[in-house]
Amino acid sequence: MKPVLFENVRLIDPAGSLDRPGRLLVRDGVIAGTDLPQAEGAPEGAEIVDGGGQLVLCPGLVDMRVTIGEPGYEYRETVLSAAKAAVAGGITTIAVLPNTSPTIDNPALARLLRARGEETGMIDILPYGALTRECAGTEMAEIGLLAEAGAIAFTDGPHAIADSRTMRQMLTYARGFDALIVQHPEDPSLARGGCATDGELATRLGLPGIPAAAEAILIARDLRLARMTGGRLHFGHVSTAEGLDLIRAAKADGVRVSCDTAPPYFDLNETVIGDFRTYAKLSPPLRAEADRRAVCAALADGTIDAIASDHMPCDADDKRQPFAVAAAGGTGLCTLLAVTLAQVHAGNIGMMDALGLLTNRPASVLRSAAGTLGAGKPADLCLFNPDTGWIVRAGELPGKAQNTPFDGRALEGRVLGTWKNGRRVFGAAAA
Amino acid sequence: MSERGSHGSNVFLTRPARHLLGVQGMHPARITPFLDLAEHYALLNRSRKTPRDLLRGRTLINLFFEDSTRTRTSFELAGKRLGADVVNMTVASSSVNKGETLLDTAATLNAMHTDLLVVRHSQSGAPALLAQKVQASVVNAGDGTHEHPTQALLDALTIRRHFGVFEGLTIAICGDVSHSRVARSNIHLLTAMGCQVRVVGPPTLVPGAIGALGVSIHHTMEDGLRGVDVVMMLRVQRERMKGTQVPSAREYFRFYGLDNKRLALAKPHALVMHPGPMNRGVEIDSRVADSDQSVIREQVEMGVAVRMAVLDILSRGGDGA
Repeated sequence: MKPVLFENVRLIDPAGSLDRPGRLLVRDGVIAGTDLPQAEGAPEGAEIVDGGGQLVLCPGLVDMRVTIGEPGYEYRETVLSAAKAAVAGGITTIAVLPNTSPTIDNPALARLLRARGEETGMIDILPYGALTRECAGTEMAEIGLLAEAGAIAFTDGPHAIADSRTMRQMLTYARGFDALIVQHPEDPSLARGGCATDGELATRLGLPGIPAAAEAILIARDLRLARMTGGRLHFGHVSTAEGLDLIRAAKADGVRVSCDTAPPYFDLNETVIGDFRTYAKLSPPLRAEADRRAVCAALADGTIDAIASDHMPCDADDKRQPFAVAAAGGTGLCTLLAVTLAQVHAGNIGMMDALGLLTNRPASVLRSAAGTLGAGKPADLCLFNPDTGWIVRAGELPGKAQNTPFDGRALEGRVLGTWKNGRRVFGAAAA
Repeated sequence: MSERGSHGSNVFLTRPARHLLGVQGMHPARITPFLDLAEHYALLNRSRKTPRDLLRGRTLINLFFEDSTRTRTSFELAGKRLGADVVNMTVASSSVNKGETLLDTAATLNAMHTDLLVVRHSQSGAPALLAQKVQASVVNAGDGTHEHPTQALLDALTIRRHFGVFEGLTIAICGDVSHSRVARSNIHLLTAMGCQVRVVGPPTLVPGAIGALGVSIHHTMEDGLRGVDVVMMLRVQRERMKGTQVPSAREYFRFYGLDNKRLALAKPHALVMHPGPMNRGVEIDSRVADSDQSVIREQVEMGVAVRMAVLDILSRGGDGA
């Protein structure tokens, strides 16, 4: 493998609080160093990538909440199509939800998913293990054996554990392995049958609503259970002011809790479903503007630990339905970086913080070694121009699924190249 | 009994207890006479020369509201070896689980002039309730998840026969501590006798508050077994192997089962104990259960001796003593 030398790039490594112009050398698939003296020439036979002083080189992004169709729903997305979409978005590590068919509630399946990621040569798959058998919310899955097989954390994916006693037991048992439990923060009985956030818009559209408080109610319960049991808890795609306030306060109290949000919840609000656009039907549903602003504030103050794409591939036929019966979820791999950069361009968060939310911070929640530019680490890299404008077009995105809620959104920031273990897997010279 | 003479001045022995309901709060001076006398009966059992006239004319009723073969048989043998008239009453727990019916049972037993009543019940505290109402001496043969005092005594006797003393021993009690009356009685007894006791198990099967009983809590076998003198395994009910306590038997065995590798973390000649019946391949590997370090069969032998000692001592302290 040829060495690769990145020159004239803006190196950003949030794990090491590094943000400076510089060079980075990749040798044998690992990062050889970021402190190569300017006077020193490129190694023999090295490929030179010149950033022209403007391009940013950062760790390959770590996306901690991704649904892929495989196994079981390959018509929506396969590992390979998801990998293509991921690397087009600068993502080199994805944590994959277990609610597939079959469910990832068996150690062999967790191993299989890891291997399927390796086969692509483009991404690492970090499989989530099912928290309960078949993600049905009743019987505990083999958390210890799944963890040994490489399951990174435990969740029932889009289903919250409804029963308080079951959740208490899960947090308690998982503590024996110091395993992380990831909860979908929505009270299932309040959410039942709903497809939009309760309020004026849902009322005008005649859509069954889910109260925004369904999130805070479940978060409040689970924070209390985490405090009682000492378990490690993470909330995925948090989207309401009230939910974030609870998490902020719990963190201040020393509860072992973390959370992520997804780009739709800080970039869009419920008005985008206004003409029954099913591509904007998500779970949890898009929120009122005040909640969106609260998510932005929680990104800025550090309450939110990670931004995850919440990529959820749907087939066109899954979405070509009346709003209430259409599938929920949107793709997000290709747009993860650019929508996050919109927060930087808007002045809400700095570039380093934005990239931290996409690299080392999700990696640290998952206790993964990915997401840094440290010397000796695998050369998983993302090269992007923070200012290049483009327009998201459903139907023209890399990968298979096209159900983006950002269709038509003009964004600034484009991934130009992605490297996995030192090999270019996206961009002009992708081998 | 000359063994008891050494405690002759102790206030606890001036008035023998009428019942044996639990070990909690029992002073070593109360515990030791049971062990000493049981040691004596263990010898007599081996030579088949037990005092068959000791309890002649006394009536022992084994009142079992919960299925049991081993404990009931052990008490039955103990009673018969001392010459008591032994009657077994097994009552399906489903039909008798209301306090009122239990007290009716007590009235019936009084009418029969029972001297010794051995009670097993699925509800914690049921033998204590009976003890308030019957004239007989009550022996708790296991109540719910509360206590199983004769099991703790026989375990202690087995340990004492191997080590001679209790002080300085470290004992790991492993498995389903939450649902175990054996664990509770052993914790009370062994801590009272000066042992260091550890409990080891998944957090779902170890109550967080058990530390208040004077034990240390460990959630991995590797951590809990290091350097111990005795590994005491608990039976894990099959029905806990799915649901929300333990996901499967294979996961349980993988992380909490006792195999040779884990046993090697204990002291070289550490004892392996189990109250029985064992789930081989779930909480204990057959190679360990059948190894030289296993004293599981000796526990059963000591069970009869301990129960003889209990019946003997209680029968002296009975009515109006």
